[in-house]
Amino acid sequence: MTKTARRALRGVGLATVVALGLTACGSDDGGSGGASASADELTQALEEGGRITVWAWEPTLGQVVEDFEDEYPNVQVDLVNAGTANDQYTALQNAMQAGSGVPDVAQIEYYAMGQFSLNESISDLSGFGAQDLGDSFSPGPWSAVQANEGVYGLPMDSGPMALYYNKDLFDEHGIEVPTTWDEYLQAARDLHEADPNAYMTNDTGDAGFATSLIWQAGGRPYQVDGTDVGIDFSDEGTTAYTELWQQMLDEDLLAPITSWSDEWFQGMGDGTIASLATGAWMPANLESSLPDGAGSWRVAPLPQWEEGDPASAENGGSALTVPDASTKKELAYGFLQYANVGDGVGTRLENGAFPATTAELASEDFLATEFPYFGGQRANEVFAESAANVAADWSYLPFQVYANSIFNDTAGQAYVSDSRLADGLGDWQDSSRRYGEDQGFTLTD
Amino acid sequence: MAATTTTTRRSANGRPAPRLRSRGRRRPNSVSRPRRSTLLTVLTGLVLVYSLVPLVWLAINATKTQAGLFDSFGLWFDGDFALWGNISDTLTYDDGVFVRWLLNTLLYVVVGAGGATFLAVLGGYALAKFQFPGKRAVFAVVIGAVAVPGTALAVPTFLMFSEMGLTNTPWAVIIPSLISPFGLYLMWVFAADAIPVELLEAARIDGASELRTFFRVSLPMLAPGIVTVLLFTMVATWNNYFLPLIMIKDPDWYPLTLGLNAWNAQASTAGGEAIFHLVITGSLLTILPLVVAFLLLQRYWQSGLAAGSVKE
Repeated sequence: MTKTARRALRGVGLATVVALGLTACGSDDGGSGGASASADELTQALEEGGRITVWAWEPTLGQVVEDFEDEYPNVQVDLVNAGTANDQYTALQNAMQAGSGVPDVAQIEYYAMGQFSLNESISDLSGFGAQDLGDSFSPGPWSAVQANEGVYGLPMDSGPMALYYNKDLFDEHGIEVPTTWDEYLQAARDLHEADPNAYMTNDTGDAGFATSLIWQAGGRPYQVDGTDVGIDFSDEGTTAYTELWQQMLDEDLLAPITSWSDEWFQGMGDGTIASLATGAWMPANLESSLPDGAGSWRVAPLPQWEEGDPASAENGGSALTVPDASTKKELAYGFLQYANVGDGVGTRLENGAFPATTAELASEDFLATEFPYFGGQRANEVFAESAANVAADWSYLPFQVYANSIFNDTAGQAYVSDSRLADGLGDWQDSSRRYGEDQGFTLTD
Repeated sequence: MAATTTTTRRSANGRPAPRLRSRGRRRPNSVSRPRRSTLLTVLTGLVLVYSLVPLVWLAINATKTQAGLFDSFGLWFDGDFALWGNISDTLTYDDGVFVRWLLNTLLYVVVGAGGATFLAVLGGYALAKFQFPGKRAVFAVVIGAVAVPGTALAVPTFLMFSEMGLTNTPWAVIIPSLISPFGLYLMWVFAADAIPVELLEAARIDGASELRTFFRVSLPMLAPGIVTVLLFTMVATWNNYFLPLIMIKDPDWYPLTLGLNAWNAQASTAGGEAIFHLVITGSLLTILPLVVAFLLLQRYWQSGLAAGSVKE
């Protein structure tokens, strides 16, 4: 079959690409990012009612929504689990870009707030009276929802860190609960020596964990002022963390198991993983995922970097926000108030959530709660103390979601090769800076 | 396209084929008596094991409880046999949302894959048996479309659909599923060989309309090809993940793939409930219909695959 080039070319089909000029639709208030309403107007809006869509994956919200609808019969809330964390942020960005299908309320984790507040794709809630709620929330979460002189969400839960440890395993090998990170390192050595299959903890590189420990150690690698961003992983606090963790890596004291994998739950169940340092929301997960561990586990304060200078950090936790594209901001804010400072807080506490509100953190009932899973321990006392010790001057990057996604390609290399963790953090810093510049941020130093 | 045969007959190894009644001791190899090869047997055996182990693992672990998953050996049974309990839990968890997902998936497969097959058959037949201007251009577009992965089109499709207000509806999954360039191409090649032109001419001379000819004469002859295309589109729609992932936010319209993923993600959600045993049992239930479909349509499919490779 021979064909001349001319004839062959005649049949080439054309692919037409339809470029859609997409403009995000502003909301009915002109998308000024600052709708406002007085308390009376808010109450009136709730009485009149309407329908709002809430995107959230927080499991205790289901009951809150039911109670809220009972309270305000004219309001209908569609609670949609549009995915967890990153999946939902992607969906939210897509919907905002497309200008349709944006929910009226969205759950956003603290570390991801900057990505949405910077370009005002979520609303500043100051006009609804949110700026007066500062005393209602504990310092870590409250600082996390602030940006550009505004309040971009109401804190829903928080994750002041604590050390969860397998008491039976510690007792078996005569390990004392470490109160400083130096003791922690020694305990990790002793445990691994006593039982080569047991590790103090697991880590294969987790950005959220690393940044939380740096936060606790007093490191402040991120400096954010509007679009001016500084990234520097060489300060004193960061160095304290890298030195400790480098030793853990060098001496093979970390179980090579990724958190949240099924292997991880298995490892905590069979004594491979003896402890973990994470947020105060963990008990509910332990109870549902590791029922057999009931009675074996206990909670202790996070080990300290300096003796007698208790410091803590937050790990996880999220806020409820109102996307700027919502046309029902009054209703949405009404729901936020109910869920995060109103009656919803108690409902969520009963179902195992950890609060971000000072009233609950300080209440007798809350502190006196005994956890059967932790052998009757009053774990909330440990958590509440941790929450009070969180330094509020930490900030995340406006593009932390992206930065965290490349952590394993950069800093994570130290976990799988002989490269140093400090160099890995340097790579992470460089990659993050490059991305920031590409996105139009001004990188300061 | 037909494979040309050379005039001298040669066996597979390139040497002239041994004549019958040759004086050699070894009996000749033939199609019915292929040469044995230990190496090949071992290799295919390995591949077989490699493909079956995950299935075996899935079947075994669907019989374990959440706790049993963590404290028993992966490739053998746990003490208590919890399969029936797991199945009923899977079907009833969260107000029976799994059943809803199953029905959604069936809807997407029946309407999407069924529609895609129907369109591919119509188009392929027309391209194979009719002459019309622009046919070569169509050919080029189809071949080009085969080369574009569906994933690459998902985001532009999303933006287009969101302009039309179709996102978060079943249509957002069904409409893109209706287009199967590969199915069209396969049908085209198959129809070109499977239907003798003389037969069509005979039908036309007898006065049958084109439609009647298509349904009464051509369609039965296309059956193996249709089944092949149906299987391909069915598997593609059944396993489709990325498209519904970006199109659908309402869990009530999730297909099984998204639903199982949402269940799996629960374990890593603060305050979430880990239900690995239900994810595993759900996965097993999800692949069963496909396995059944393959077993039932096996015969047609095999004849469809080899169609057109040899010209009689």
